[in-house]
Amino acid sequence: MGHSLIYIFIAAMWALILIGGAVLVTLVAQISVEGYGEQLDFLIGSIIKAAIAIILVVIWVLVLTKMKNKIFQKQIKS
Amino acid sequence: MQAEIISAIVASLIAFFVVLGLVPPLIKQLTKRNWVVKDVNRIGGAMIPRPGGPAILTGIILSEISLYFLLPADELITKGIAAILVTTSAAFVVGFVDDRMVLGGWFKPVALAVAAIPIIALGAYDSNLEFPLFGAVKIPALYLGVIIFMIPITGNTINSIDVMNGIASGFMTIAAFSLAIALFILQNYSVAIMTLPLAFASLAFYKYHRFPSRIFPGDSGALVLGAMYGVIAIIGHVEVIAAIALLPAVINSFLFLSSVKRIVEHRQIKNPTTHTDDHKITTTKETDAPITLVRLIVAGKPLTEKEIGLTIFRLAVFSGILAIITAFLMEVKTWVTL
Repeated sequence: MGHSLIYIFIAAMWALILIGGAVLVTLVAQISVEGYGEQLDFLIGSIIKAAIAIILVVIWVLVLTKMKNKIFQKQIKS
Repeated sequence: MQAEIISAIVASLIAFFVVLGLVPPLIKQLTKRNWVVKDVNRIGGAMIPRPGGPAILTGIILSEISLYFLLPADELITKGIAAILVTTSAAFVVGFVDDRMVLGGWFKPVALAVAAIPIIALGAYDSNLEFPLFGAVKIPALYLGVIIFMIPITGNTINSIDVMNGIASGFMTIAAFSLAIALFILQNYSVAIMTLPLAFASLAFYKYHRFPSRIFPGDSGALVLGAMYGVIAIIGHVEVIAAIALLPAVINSFLFLSSVKRIVEHRQIKNPTTHTDDHKITTTKETDAPITLVRLIVAGKPLTEKEIGLTIFRLAVFSGILAIITAFLMEVKTWVTL
């Protein structure tokens, strides 16, 4: 039972990576800023994309932490 | 294609037999110099020579140099091999220093970040981050950060799973073969061939490192394996696939960091496991000891060191299969990207 939960956790991490990739490619990568000049548009756009990517990673870690606590609560307490 | 097949065979044989041949005299030399550490999980606490890093590095360097001469002349191949040689050697130096001296928890991540700089200097990367199904994102500036973070992460991830006999080398054998298969699926043949020395050097070292260990890789060995894995992920544009093949070790680091909540040298923390009367490994009763993959594995019931190793290898095979599935998914394009 204990080991099967680790397999589930790995599969969940894999799914989160695929979902994260989908969000990055289909949503974040499409963001573009206009109206501040070519170079500034690129810079502002990159900063926004980087900030969203970092927020996504933080959310990813928080989701994993929640999952870890739920999945492994019994084992950790034992 | 014939040249590639010959290169793959020759490089694999060099990596395998150089490591296989160098480890026995290295064991003798290390024992003679009293460079030994106690195997805490062994009954009676045998003294084991360490580090095996020099043998692993020599095998990898010689086989990669052979690839430079055997693979077709190409700027990308030359840059890739140069990046592997320089960054892996730098990681070895970092690990060797840590093998000989007790340094702070921040030393290795920072030094490995510096070791990643040659990849940028050589221009041996592509700033597109490839994802399965949906394509790639172009992140020219952010990707430099990915490179700087990648090598410390893969290096320390392998180092932190090097907790029992045979685990680091056995795990890296499975992960490197999975990565090589993924690269072959993606038709990135030259980088797939460059990955084979890592897989075969790990396999040869595993012969001496498996339970009961005759030598430990030490930080120098573990960092060589982890750093080279990271370089291959970057030069092969398979960062996501490489991370997936490494998931059990990533989980180990994640569990450790989320329970310790700071970057700390492993010597400074309480042992997460202890021994039963029949010398099996079980979870500690210390509430402030970190949670690790091994602690989770033995939480249900105490296991022998060999059983723990096999459990981790099964997890590595599972994540290796997920990595190969991901490689196939890279070839599938959804309606969004068409």
